[in-house]
Amino acid sequence: MDQKMMLLGDEAIAQAGIDAGMSGIYAYPGTPSTEITEYVMQSKEAKSGKVRAGWSTNEKTAMESALGMSYAGKRTMVCMKHVGLNVAADAFINSAITGANGGLIIVSADDPSMHSSQNEQDSRVYGKFAMIPILEPTNQQDAYDMVHYGFDMSEQLGIPVLMRITTRLAHSRAGVVRKPLHVQNEIHLPANHRQFILLPANARRQYKQLVAKQRDFETYATESGFNVFTDGKDKSMGIITTGIAYNYLLENYPDRLIPFPVLKISQYPLPHDMVAQIYNSCDSLLILEEGYPVVEEAIRGFMDNGKMIHGRLDGTIPRDGELNPNIVAVSLGKTDTRGKDIPSIVVGRPPSLCKGCPHIYSYNALNEALEKWSKGRVFSDIGCYTLGALEPFDAINTCVDMGASITMAKGAADAGLQPAVAVIGDSTFTHSGITGLIDCVKDKNKVTIMILDNETTAMTGGQDSSAFGRIEDICLGVGVHKDHIFVLNPSPKHHEENLAILKQELEYEGVSVIIPRRECIQTAIRHHKEHKKAEAVNEVS
Amino acid sequence: MKRDIILAGVGGQGILSIATTIGMAALNTGLHLKQAEVHGMSQRGGDVSSNLRIADHEIASDLIPFGQADLIISVEPMESLRYLPLLSPDGWLITNTKPFINIPNYPKMEDLMAEIEHFDNHIALDADEIAKNLGSTRSANMVILGAASPFLEIAYEELQESIRRTFARKGEETVKLNLDALQAGRDFADAHRS
Repeated sequence: MDQKMMLLGDEAIAQAGIDAGMSGIYAYPGTPSTEITEYVMQSKEAKSGKVRAGWSTNEKTAMESALGMSYAGKRTMVCMKHVGLNVAADAFINSAITGANGGLIIVSADDPSMHSSQNEQDSRVYGKFAMIPILEPTNQQDAYDMVHYGFDMSEQLGIPVLMRITTRLAHSRAGVVRKPLHVQNEIHLPANHRQFILLPANARRQYKQLVAKQRDFETYATESGFNVFTDGKDKSMGIITTGIAYNYLLENYPDRLIPFPVLKISQYPLPHDMVAQIYNSCDSLLILEEGYPVVEEAIRGFMDNGKMIHGRLDGTIPRDGELNPNIVAVSLGKTDTRGKDIPSIVVGRPPSLCKGCPHIYSYNALNEALEKWSKGRVFSDIGCYTLGALEPFDAINTCVDMGASITMAKGAADAGLQPAVAVIGDSTFTHSGITGLIDCVKDKNKVTIMILDNETTAMTGGQDSSAFGRIEDICLGVGVHKDHIFVLNPSPKHHEENLAILKQELEYEGVSVIIPRRECIQTAIRHHKEHKKAEAVNEVS
Repeated sequence: MKRDIILAGVGGQGILSIATTIGMAALNTGLHLKQAEVHGMSQRGGDVSSNLRIADHEIASDLIPFGQADLIISVEPMESLRYLPLLSPDGWLITNTKPFINIPNYPKMEDLMAEIEHFDNHIALDADEIAKNLGSTRSANMVILGAASPFLEIAYEELQESIRRTFARKGEETVKLNLDALQAGRDFADAHRS
């Protein structure tokens, strides 16, 4: 156990879950959270421990399944990217009212600077909204240790715990030392069999308990050892860091001797006495946090008439984007360092659809079919096919949230835009598109819906798609007429027939579903390799 | 001792194989290591980079500060220049000269080479060509690693050992191919270090 493992932050969380006696993990893939669940799915230890590991249809179903496992008394984890927590929010917020039985940890991976996301929302705000404890690890070892601690705390206090990480921790590798194993819980149902019934009379009682527990949460945050105060001689300034911001502070003191008092925050609610101690003993404060100015706003207060506070709100730190050692250096009054400028001949190299990708041929046909109408009619969604926004396709006009293609096309059709086209992937369709399709059928909307079926969740690396092989059945089942469901082969050979069908359906005065289907080129290559390997093994045996 | 390394390339070129080989050698030598990778959207044929930090002491930040990287190791010439703001004034630029052209406005090769050669501390080699002559272009990344090896402050034998372990399950032939590639890169660097 002393042997260090080189793990991504995501993998450290996964390994800790396995070691801490987790019985199940639920998730929908999303960068930068995907590798947590993938690691558990591939772990031999998890397999031998019969840990339930796999993909859910969306973050809400994942969150609810995890809550069910917690209800049954077992330890469970649910993982998602930050915007996934929006999808899971109903279940998430209410899980704070029901409380947990078996330990329950919700991992939300934020993506400041939007490396692979449509916003940089800060999950700590959600944690505060739900009024539950939040853990924000500083490094990979912290992430590992906090999962063990989080499960214990969740069971001791009967509350779900939010773990908030950010891209740089999720996708950075470092040495991690493991802890002794914790055996999985036996099934044991809640002692109070009404705990999970949120009828108003019960919910009021449960909510009062949640309010009353806030003090315990703060006591835990003070005593856990994850929030650390280190005194310094120079009281002209105190520094408060949260999560990985602490690393950037240390980076600026190679000898690790920081002259200022430092409060390192990794667990919430904010411990009042610890904050008061540094606030009262220093002339000013510098607040370094990755994400929104959550701590900074809390300490400033609405009137902001106390001590001088520097952070994201006064411009000392940029208001948006992730931190780095240089931004922190400048905020400390140190000289910035920078190499040569990027030569002007270096041009951008945006991500693009892979060579041979089926989406290319879907967009080629769609663009041609739409030529006779004005631009601006294609409502798209989240996935590889969002790259259709770029040249040479310039094929889509919106990308907002999972499932919004179908419903936005519906709204535009309701407004009188015809044709209105939705473009959505197979996995996104099952995630959040089906309900929108039901709305369209119910209102007999004039919409053309393309479900680009590459038989996988491609953008995040090729995870299973929930409705593999059942897309047409779902469309039929929710009431799309069988004469207006078409399966196409998105390849150059079939361009003319695909074009003819698209042109015809764009004129149709009702709900039409077109399913271009061909396996993702990346998973096809992978499956081909696996197949060849399996054949080779068979030959040997 | 510390070595802060930017690995650069285009999604799909496998820069992480270089990181893994260096990382394994570093750990075997008892050094500390942090490695920030790029996952997700940026992998689809776009520019990718990885921050690899090695030191004989605990490493704080996952990101290398601007202007303080000791090395840029790039498997593609234009990508090698994208990270110059991170390179320290006395750092080294090690790059493949074989372009990966998947954009319509890729700059002229002679302009790119002029920018690279403008930089005093540089090693530029056609790793694909060298690898092809050895038997397979697939070992091009190990040629690049070989060219970077004099600047890593990790014993060359440790890198060889790391290659043996990484490729062992692919057979003796693959191991030899990659060891030869490493050596060819190393020889080039030794001959062209000014």
